[in-house]
Amino acid sequence: METNQYMEMFLDESREHLQSLNDGLLSLENDPEDLSVLNEIFRNAHTLKGMSATMGYTKTAELTHDMENLLDMLRKEQLKVSEEIIDVIFKCVDALQEMVDNIANGDGEDAVDVSELVRMVNAIAKGESVAQAEAETGVKLPGTPAEPAAEPAKSQMPEGCELNDTDMLVIREAKNSGLIPFWVHVEIADTCLLKSARSYMVMNVLDELGDVIKSVPPAQDLEQEKFDHSFDVCLVTDADAHKIEEGVAAISEISAVKATEIVLDAPKKAEEPKAAPAAKASTPAPKAAPASKAADKHPAANGNGKHDKKVHVGGQSVRVDIEKLDTLMNLVGELVTNKVRLEQIGMTHRLTELTETLEQMDRVTTDLQSVVMKVRMVPVSQVFNRFPRMVRDLAKELNKDINLTIEGEDTELDRTVIDEIGDPLMHLLRNSLDHGVEHPDDREAKGKPRTGEVGLIARHEGNNVVIMVTDDGAGINADKIRNKAVEKGMISREEADALPDADAVRLIFLPGFSTAETITDVSGRGVGMDVVRSKIESLGGHVDVETKIDEGSVFKIKLPLTLAIIQAMLVKVQDEMYAIPLGSIDSTINITPNDIKTVQNKEVIVLRGQIIPIARLNEVLSVPQGKSNEEDDIFVVVVHVGDHKIGIVVDNLIGQQEIVIKTLGKLLSGLKMLAGATVLGDGHVAMILDVSALM
Amino acid sequence: MAKDDKVMTDDDVQVVAFKLRNEEYGFSILNVQEIKGLTDITRVPFAPDFIKGVINLRGSVLPVIDLKKRLGLEDTPYTANTRIVIVQYDEVSVGMLVDAVTEVRTISAADIDTTRAITSGTDSSSKFISGIGKVDGRLIIQLNISEIIGLSGEE
Repeated sequence: METNQYMEMFLDESREHLQSLNDGLLSLENDPEDLSVLNEIFRNAHTLKGMSATMGYTKTAELTHDMENLLDMLRKEQLKVSEEIIDVIFKCVDALQEMVDNIANGDGEDAVDVSELVRMVNAIAKGESVAQAEAETGVKLPGTPAEPAAEPAKSQMPEGCELNDTDMLVIREAKNSGLIPFWVHVEIADTCLLKSARSYMVMNVLDELGDVIKSVPPAQDLEQEKFDHSFDVCLVTDADAHKIEEGVAAISEISAVKATEIVLDAPKKAEEPKAAPAAKASTPAPKAAPASKAADKHPAANGNGKHDKKVHVGGQSVRVDIEKLDTLMNLVGELVTNKVRLEQIGMTHRLTELTETLEQMDRVTTDLQSVVMKVRMVPVSQVFNRFPRMVRDLAKELNKDINLTIEGEDTELDRTVIDEIGDPLMHLLRNSLDHGVEHPDDREAKGKPRTGEVGLIARHEGNNVVIMVTDDGAGINADKIRNKAVEKGMISREEADALPDADAVRLIFLPGFSTAETITDVSGRGVGMDVVRSKIESLGGHVDVETKIDEGSVFKIKLPLTLAIIQAMLVKVQDEMYAIPLGSIDSTINITPNDIKTVQNKEVIVLRGQIIPIARLNEVLSVPQGKSNEEDDIFVVVVHVGDHKIGIVVDNLIGQQEIVIKTLGKLLSGLKMLAGATVLGDGHVAMILDVSALM
Repeated sequence: MAKDDKVMTDDDVQVVAFKLRNEEYGFSILNVQEIKGLTDITRVPFAPDFIKGVINLRGSVLPVIDLKKRLGLEDTPYTANTRIVIVQYDEVSVGMLVDAVTEVRTISAADIDTTRAITSGTDSSSKFISGIGKVDGRLIIQLNISEIIGLSGEE
């Protein structure tokens, strides 16, 4: 089978299922009695198994299969949900995740050794269940065959389903040994893309339940997708119709399944299939109606909106390669650049007609831009939803009780930002768990509840998105930080003592800082916070911390909504043009040389009673000196990063403009002070200042 | 290292030949994306000194390397013949500032001398040279683009 074209779908879906598995397991852990959650988990595992088997990833399929067995036992209450079992299943999910990742990287699934896990899973399944399982199934078994018998259903032969003599023989034999023959009619959802895969999964399920005698169309055709949206299977099994239907309905994208017992009236059998073309009309209604109703109801009853949802989504959304979106974004960017250029031409030549047309165009490009921007927006839940699992594992490892609260996970951010904030957030959370929240006993001693509260909150703030990691832990001791910084020779004792607490705490963002007394593998390798900071700042964001001893800390990350197009102030230094992101500009002022004072040899200005240090851009950027600037007017752009302010002295203010941020490329990456470049309306390139680097 | 450059393995190589001062140099044509007249180059603060700046190439920002500075040659003022040769190597596009582009030549591999005995310039710049081609009594110095771009990161 040609699998490559399905690869991407397989990977996407596998990841989705793994995510739901993780989510499901977490809620199962909170409420082990909840059967509907268990069913959901089971279905996910099951689908995953079918998919990987179809794609030929036998190891993945095997592991899921064993996991599924275990889940099945839990579901049937042959085993009790315990912490150990959940741990093992979590481990399986991790291994599966790794396998899927490896497959995605093209390494294949073999890189992960799962034999140990498989053994463990099987041991649990066997070790505890044998006695119980025997007892339970033993009770059930005799009852099962009796049930369908009590419900005399006539055989409902699907069209073209003829049983030849050999089949009859097998069926008769099976009947003699207490098995029941069924016709199983399966309908696959119209929207299903991988029909052959689904049919394969159906066959797999049926194979497990009993022996498949034949299928219509034949198995070969099913594999090659040579069928419409339904097919029929003849099955002998010891299970009842309901069990078959349940098993098959659990597979995604199966819209209906109906199992009908085959009644063998030896003399009639030849005629009935012959009359099959007309059989539909003559189909006995009594059994058919309830069966299909049961099939329809079943998925909903178990809270499995999965295939309903899929149908719904399938009609309205498209998966698009992110690269295509990037290209689209670039093109829009260029359009904006050219629009600005046209505006300038219109202005210099005073062409009113052009200006009017451009106003129209401006509206269109603005709309276009915002639409493209929205397309690229992804809810932060994409990053957030992997944290509950991480926090759970970590809390266990650290022997702490942690309750993670997530808020605002539907806040949207640009795709590029989303991809990058995962690691910094993970780091902050790890820190909060490791250093922030105290051990339960310590907490109790302090009169706090034993369970520590850790929060992950996202929300909009103007043109920014703010993500906060909060904890109600010990807080950060400013004196400790001061001592540490002095000890490490980062600042002098005097400097440290002069720092207000809030600033002292910020020292943790300096490179090479780590206060954990014992270095754990959780955090505290000294590469922590400065990496977080540089990452966030490279995204045009800003990170800050507020803390109170014994009340907890709040790490606040402020990120721009998008990285692609921003409003900026263009300034001129000698002959060079620079762009300063408007988001960080406080105000622009006009001063005279006399307004500049010096404090400890550093130039400052006083603005509304506030002392603000200034930086002369031509010196900072070592701009080649052309004409000396002897004018009395000095322009200062006051910018801020967090609570810090600095005045940037420039020669001239050009104006406010929308600019498209372009990277400087590999060759010029990592240059300080520069956040990128932009192409101006006149085709010139201007550098974008990274204001935070001036601080 | 320079020997396994693409230029050296093919039998005949086509090179874009250009001048730096009065010497002739060449890039394999496979690496050359286009040749552009001189446009405004924006200086990039804190960039390595051999990077002249960046230009706007149809909306994208492209760094430009001052080839003479890179090879340790003396600077000359811009002329009407000054060109920017845009080369692509390993997904990185870079402009190279040259004094003039002369022609596209085919040089057979036999005529390319890969020994380093007669490299010009200082020792440190010899690594930028992958061979010397002889055509009609002229010498065209083949340049090793990956070294010139310096992504190996010696700066």
